[in-house]
Amino acid sequence: MGIETGTVMLSIIGPEVVLVLAALGIMMTDLFVKSDSEQPFLMWIGFVGMLGALAVSASFWGKEAAYGFYGMVVADNFSAFFTTLFLIAGGLTLLMSSGYVRAQGIAAGEYYTLTLFATTGMVLMAQSTDLIMLFLGLEVLSVSLYVLAGMAQDSTRSAESSLKYFMLGAFSTGFLLYGIALLYGACGSTRLADIGSVLAQKQILREPMLLAGMGLLLTGFGFKIAMAPFHRWAPDVYEGAPTPITGFMSVGVKAAAFAALLRVFAGSLAALSPHWKELLWIGSVLTMTIGNVAALRQTNIKRMLAYSSIAHAGYILIGVVAGGSAGTGAVLYYLLVYTLMNIGAFAVVITIEQKGEKNLNLSAYAGIGSRHLALGAAMAVFMFSLAGIPPFSGFMGKFYIFSAAVKEGYIGLTIIAVLNSLVSVYYYLRVTVMMFMQEPESGAEEAAVFFHPALAGVLLIAIFFTVQMGLFPSSYLQFAQDSIKMFL
Amino acid sequence: MSLLAIGIALAKAVIVFVCLLLCVAYSTWLERKVLGHMQVRCGPLRVGWYGLLQPIADGIKLFFKEDIVVSGANKFLYILSPMIVMIAACASIAVVPFGDYIDVFGQKIYLRVADVDIGVLYIFALSSLSVYGITLAGWSSNSKYALLGGLRASAQMISYELATGLSIIGVLMHAGSLRPTDIVAGQDIWYIVKQPIGFLIFVICAFAECNRSPFDLPEAENELVPGFHVEYSSMKFALFFMAEYAHMIVVSALAATLFLGGWRGPVLPGIVWFMLKVFAMMFFFIWIRATYPRFRYDQLMKFGWKVLFPVALLNIVVTGIGMVIWG
Amino acid sequence: MEQQLFWLWGGIAVISAVMMILKRNPVHSALCLVVVFVSLALLYVLLGAEFLAAVQVIVYAGAIMVLFLFVIMLLNLETEVRSQGLSRVAFKACSLAGTGLLLLLLLGGGAVKALRAMAPEQVSGVPGNTQAVAELLFTKYLLPFEVTSILLLAAIVGALVLAGKRD
Repeated sequence: MGIETGTVMLSIIGPEVVLVLAALGIMMTDLFVKSDSEQPFLMWIGFVGMLGALAVSASFWGKEAAYGFYGMVVADNFSAFFTTLFLIAGGLTLLMSSGYVRAQGIAAGEYYTLTLFATTGMVLMAQSTDLIMLFLGLEVLSVSLYVLAGMAQDSTRSAESSLKYFMLGAFSTGFLLYGIALLYGACGSTRLADIGSVLAQKQILREPMLLAGMGLLLTGFGFKIAMAPFHRWAPDVYEGAPTPITGFMSVGVKAAAFAALLRVFAGSLAALSPHWKELLWIGSVLTMTIGNVAALRQTNIKRMLAYSSIAHAGYILIGVVAGGSAGTGAVLYYLLVYTLMNIGAFAVVITIEQKGEKNLNLSAYAGIGSRHLALGAAMAVFMFSLAGIPPFSGFMGKFYIFSAAVKEGYIGLTIIAVLNSLVSVYYYLRVTVMMFMQEPESGAEEAAVFFHPALAGVLLIAIFFTVQMGLFPSSYLQFAQDSIKMFL
Repeated sequence: MSLLAIGIALAKAVIVFVCLLLCVAYSTWLERKVLGHMQVRCGPLRVGWYGLLQPIADGIKLFFKEDIVVSGANKFLYILSPMIVMIAACASIAVVPFGDYIDVFGQKIYLRVADVDIGVLYIFALSSLSVYGITLAGWSSNSKYALLGGLRASAQMISYELATGLSIIGVLMHAGSLRPTDIVAGQDIWYIVKQPIGFLIFVICAFAECNRSPFDLPEAENELVPGFHVEYSSMKFALFFMAEYAHMIVVSALAATLFLGGWRGPVLPGIVWFMLKVFAMMFFFIWIRATYPRFRYDQLMKFGWKVLFPVALLNIVVTGIGMVIWG
Repeated sequence: MEQQLFWLWGGIAVISAVMMILKRNPVHSALCLVVVFVSLALLYVLLGAEFLAAVQVIVYAGAIMVLFLFVIMLLNLETEVRSQGLSRVAFKACSLAGTGLLLLLLLGGGAVKALRAMAPEQVSGVPGNTQAVAELLFTKYLLPFEVTSILLLAAIVGALVLAGKRD
């Protein structure tokens, strides 16, 4: 990877530029928004910005990797893949939020602005080829989300969520930064390519500073991924945050952290892979097991989905451990699949949720399936897919990951993962069973469904892709495979 | 470094420090005299010719007063805070150039204690540390008036520090350096001509940073008794008192260096010009005190954040555009 | 000379950092942190990075920590009540032992040797350290510099939203 790029090349950070401009546009327009009914206009500005960024990032696809800003950022297939993923997640989040923000009385202008900033941070993380850039991307993302998590100001849970996320996030950022400092000390550069080439020449890789740096970096990323034992923040934060933001966090932050993890660990620190693979192996087992077992006992749907998202991080880590074309490709495919199905699930939650966090308990779902057949069916699709039941895309994701692991000889890990998936079927199916086969408790008021056209759009898109990616996975898998050529 | 060089450096430091202390003493005299005449009084007259020995008498009196440490005070911080304030104020003068150089027995002696690359920032760093002295004095005295004074002081100084910093950026852009000697060298035309708004903001903020009227809320007598140093007596009080004047002198010297051409001027030797400019600034300080009433606290904050800060930012932008257009 | 000064200020920094954790009075803790920042600034001076040193003092010691102190005083935080689980002595002993262990690990691991061998990117040496910093900021680190502004903007918007009046 020869990098000689004195050029500034604004086009390389095109997606970010478009997103930031849209965010600023929203802030400016917000000044002139008088009534609640004009709020969706702000959302559409953001949505158009996302589409514009998507168009720009699509133009990077399939071209030679282009470096810019003195080797700080790159536009290659890998970044294009993840940018697309973030923009899908971000765009769907915006659509989901439109009605929700109004109903919950959240300050709309700032909400959409920060969502766009968060997306910008994610894209920066996927594009960065320097640890400093990576850190800044992560911070832009995190700071925006700390605030977004606390934006439902009437709710103390939201404040709690924001505070917890902020405290622990800041703490984990400290780890990350310290890791970066130690790596810089050991390798003399923060540039990923330079670190890679220094490590390739080193005879001894057991240098404590290097290993400590790697471990600290892994801790920092582990927190963002919600990898056990750094997962404890996730349930509380996910429960308290506004529901669209919970959805966004569960897919976007995770994907961004995985993008960075792959670039740093599979890319630059490949020479250290025996060390970090061991750690990730343990982390993966812990993460899946804790996530799935804890999810069994949850009665709040958002907490359940939080633990489910922890468990999924565990599955994805298997792919990282397996590595290679098959493993890494499977990671990317799984992330894409997971994004769509999880956002879909959260869209259903929003539909049923009402102001003041009513109807977040599983018991509120009783009987909804028989009254609102379409909604019930949608939830069933997402739950089946999350559980990994064919023919939905979740199954194909798990299939690719497990087969990559088996191919690389991680039989034990695969067995644990399969057992875990079996456990998870219970709590996913329980939701479906609730919706279709149980009657609401007598006396309980009938849950009114919060219907919004944009939300319906999100549901349709999510269902379509969850089914389609399950039935015809090969082109998506190819897309993922093409994105990771640089690691091979 | 030769022994001679070390000796010269030491001598310079000692001389400058002693001169500063003398200036501090006599600026109290100046203030009382000028205020007196502005209010149609005479000011001190009894001790010495025109009261010229008054500062010395005051010093001796304070020295022999009982040194009280209030019960319930946090003793360590209580004693530390006047020191911080005084040290920060006095150390700032080290980077200010008083003149070019003089020949003493064939030795070129530059009229400055230290010529630091980041001189201007150094002064700002020290002045930002002096906030601690005031805040801690207020807190450690274990008295509500002192605490209120300390809180006001820290809020005020933080708010106005930003505008101060921004106000001089225009000058730094013209000079292209943070080194005071370079800035003086760049002033064929005084920077006050090129940066009138910068100068205005700088002076206003300087009043606030020195806790001088009309921004003397931290020690507003009629609200807070004398504010953060209400519980201090004897030499500890004297330290606060001296530090306030030392701070004024430093700020005046800084204003002279940054905006009024430093030691440069026709006919007279550099050091005289410098003294004159500092004196003019000091006089201005006192004049304002005699003229304007005190701000209210909310007015102070609003003025700092909503007027000075944006105007200072705008000034930078305009300066930048001007420099691009007219080179 | 430089070596001795490094150990002196490094030592002060480490000791005050430990003190910051051990002190029970929040004001004292905050002041210990100020000492850490100032000694870090002095270490920067040793490295020939005067600009960084001044900025470190102005921003961290001068602005951020004053705000900390301000808030501590406003809230009138009393001496913190420690949980009963661990006695004070045991707590101190544990934290000291932990710090010592960490230092030993780092020293023993040859980290110091590696640090000495590593020459930092040549920043000093150019006449005027400020120019050197400025040049790096506007060439090599242009993008991080600009992204920082977005980060700050996001933080400001966030602070306003969270602190703003509730209607």
